[in-house]
Amino acid sequence: MEFRTASSPHNHVRTSVTTVMVRVLLGLVPGMIAWVYFFGTGLIVHLALALTTAYLAELALLAIRRKAIGLFLSDGSAAVTACLLVLALPPMAPWWISVTGTLFAIVVAKQLYGGLGFNPFNPAMAGYAMLLVSFPREMTIWTAPLSLAPQTLSFVDTVKAIFVQTLPDNITVDAVTMATPLDILKTELALEKTVAAITQTSPLFGSMSGIGWEWINGAFLLGGLWLIYKRVVSWHVPGSMLVSLGLISLIAHLIAPEQYVSPLFHLLSGATMLGAFFIATDPVTAPTTPRGRIVFGASIGALVFVIRSYGGYPDAVAFAVLLMNMVTPTLDYYTQPRVYGHKR
Amino acid sequence: MSTRPLFSFFGGVHPPMHKDVSTGQPIDVMPLAERYILPLHQNIGQPAKPVVSVGERVLKGQRIGHAEGYVSVALHAPTSGTIADIGAYPVPHPSGLSDNCIVMTADGADEWTECVALPDYENINPSHLRNIVREAGIVGLGGAGFPSFIKLNPGTHKKIDTLIMNGIECEPYITCDDMLMRERAAEIVAGIRIIRHALQANRVLIAIEDNKPQAIKSIEEAIRGESAMEVVACPTRYPQGSEKQLVEALTGKEIPSEALPLHVGIVVHNVGTAAAVYRAIMLGEPLTSRIITVTGGGVAQPRNVEARIGTVIEDILAHCGGPTAETRKLIMGGPMMGFALHSDRAPVVKTTNCLLAATAEEIPDRGPALPCIRCGACSDACPARLLPQQLFWYAQAKDLDKIQEYNLFDCIECGCCAYVCPSNIPLVHYYRFAKTEIWAREREKEKAELARQRFDFRQTRLEREKAERAARHKKKRDELHSEEPSAAPATETKKAAILAAMERAKKKKDAPRITPANTEALTPQQQQMIEEVEQRRRQSRPNPEQQSAASNGDK
Repeated sequence: MEFRTASSPHNHVRTSVTTVMVRVLLGLVPGMIAWVYFFGTGLIVHLALALTTAYLAELALLAIRRKAIGLFLSDGSAAVTACLLVLALPPMAPWWISVTGTLFAIVVAKQLYGGLGFNPFNPAMAGYAMLLVSFPREMTIWTAPLSLAPQTLSFVDTVKAIFVQTLPDNITVDAVTMATPLDILKTELALEKTVAAITQTSPLFGSMSGIGWEWINGAFLLGGLWLIYKRVVSWHVPGSMLVSLGLISLIAHLIAPEQYVSPLFHLLSGATMLGAFFIATDPVTAPTTPRGRIVFGASIGALVFVIRSYGGYPDAVAFAVLLMNMVTPTLDYYTQPRVYGHKR
Repeated sequence: MSTRPLFSFFGGVHPPMHKDVSTGQPIDVMPLAERYILPLHQNIGQPAKPVVSVGERVLKGQRIGHAEGYVSVALHAPTSGTIADIGAYPVPHPSGLSDNCIVMTADGADEWTECVALPDYENINPSHLRNIVREAGIVGLGGAGFPSFIKLNPGTHKKIDTLIMNGIECEPYITCDDMLMRERAAEIVAGIRIIRHALQANRVLIAIEDNKPQAIKSIEEAIRGESAMEVVACPTRYPQGSEKQLVEALTGKEIPSEALPLHVGIVVHNVGTAAAVYRAIMLGEPLTSRIITVTGGGVAQPRNVEARIGTVIEDILAHCGGPTAETRKLIMGGPMMGFALHSDRAPVVKTTNCLLAATAEEIPDRGPALPCIRCGACSDACPARLLPQQLFWYAQAKDLDKIQEYNLFDCIECGCCAYVCPSNIPLVHYYRFAKTEIWAREREKEKAELARQRFDFRQTRLEREKAERAARHKKKRDELHSEEPSAAPATETKKAAILAAMERAKKKKDAPRITPANTEALTPQQQQMIEEVEQRRRQSRPNPEQQSAASNGDK
């Protein structure tokens, strides 16, 4: 009798790239729920826009590049990119913000570099950076936390606001938008106010960081820990990034508490937790060696502190990640583990 | 009581084991077949050389193949009968190609040749003991098939501290060592005593994975009273049975790259090999059969059989109720490291530990591979602590220098990386490809080097001949000049003679290139030696000009 042949190993785990991506998406769910709870349904509208754009762009580019469309569309990586990008956008941004951002992420940052596995930069963060430098006004108007806003928008009003930039007659723009806590901190500190004065006067600050932000970060932390438990990501990048950001901000806070906010504020503000567990851990653009990952994560933590404290933008995760993406090959090269039987 | 290992090894995986498929029944001795095919190459090293001729009658256990070269062992008839043919037959090899085999027809009598037992092995010279093991045709029965007698040599530079007996059997499906330990523990322990004596090993660790409690119990009972032997129950993890990983798990030591366990005072033998050594020494029986696990959904009665070496796989599968119509793949060995066979017409050999007749559900075809997403699951699983994703990258790019910088040759091809890869990349396949490419390139290099040496030698020969010719002409010219009649006074003639003598001496010194003419058709090694000698000679002798200047100063 004749048999089929193949190269060993003949067995295989059931985990596939799709499994990995679906788990990442599941890990995002708690954070998304918290997000909608505090900032309204704009996120859902933008998610729908970004996912549609991402898959249409992916389909078109795969067809042009003559790749196996079904195989690559089902890997789930486009959905992850779309979700991560949307989670970095203002919830009430105009519709074309998420569409252009996603197009840039998928077409330029991912497919033009060779598609899945070949992009040197995190596509979602590349898309975000492009939007931030191109459309700074639209990208910095943030939604007020629902609990603070004098008036709230219904879902239909939200859709209208996103698509045609009109609000109901009785609601003003100022009623539904506010700066982010990180933004206020930066501008007020520049006016030589102390941290204590800023956090006490502005209603945006909660007990640990900004209202809403502390819970959103907590929810992303929860989802991220689940990813580590499921072994989708290793602890190295998030662990070293959070420890580094926490330590540096603690030292700064102890030396000059008037100028530097507490480490807890840093850890639970902006995109810290999202960045630590979901963005910096993107396997394609992060180092693969354990030591490389620790250096990578720690450097991102340090860069986040530096950019937040001294840079031109209020939040820093995207730029910190993109900067470290550049040195990923170098880190991989210099942090190779000692091979079995080689000299210690 | 068994102990737990004190150390651990890096990486590894936990594939589903499917061990209970084949452990339900005791070891079943295969009935005598009509025909046996014995490949001459059954071990690492050189193949055996046939010492019988077609038509000759042989007895069971009679030597039919002679160990040729050092890394080689003898081959024996599995039963009595006649030699039917010596020639190319299908052998169990992934290529599906044929190789030299001795084919014999059984006469049904199963008559043994004379067996010389040596129960008094403790008083036998160890080198004689090794020779018996070699003549008994024993190779490592764990799967690699390295001639065992070599590993019975303790060497001269270091004392053997630990003899590790490998009863780990970490590959899924395979249970032949498990069943052997359950049923024939006394034989194994008797064999261990012989191996320990040959190596003069300090202590013996018998390593068994903790998913084989019955084997652990039976070996423990068999070693009761043996103070130097200890059973270590290792937590199940693939590839713990790999020599390097087992040494690391039991002793915390690493075998240096490209070295043997001997270098750290350790020798590792498989438990099945111990049983074979027992039979060879205590009963005088050479290796003519082994335990083989026949398992998978492709056979109706999966179990372990004791099959003679050379039994055709078809016969064994049929004996176990297979292969069924659903059988898609036939794997010799386990699913992690075994190789898929094209057909069941090949025979089983000394290294065949398992025949896995797998259905499509058990071993599905590998789906399409996606690009590497650099997730690092492979490097977390790699027991050699390599970076499989980098090796893959350079194998794909055919960057053979870079891939060696990333230590490709430390890869043991255990398959952990490809097993865990979410992108479904056949990583090990790429490494095998790169290894063969490198070997081919090395061979090319050697050939080119030889051609270069030949060319260089020809060039020097031509130059030398030219110089010799020139020297001859000059000599002739000089002779013609000196023969010219001269009106100079006697002192002038004397002076001229002295000058000529000095000239000749100087010429001698100046021409180190003139070598004796019987140096043609030298081997490159000889040529190299000559060149080295001349190099030394030139260095030891000062420059002729300097020398003459110095002698002038003396005047």
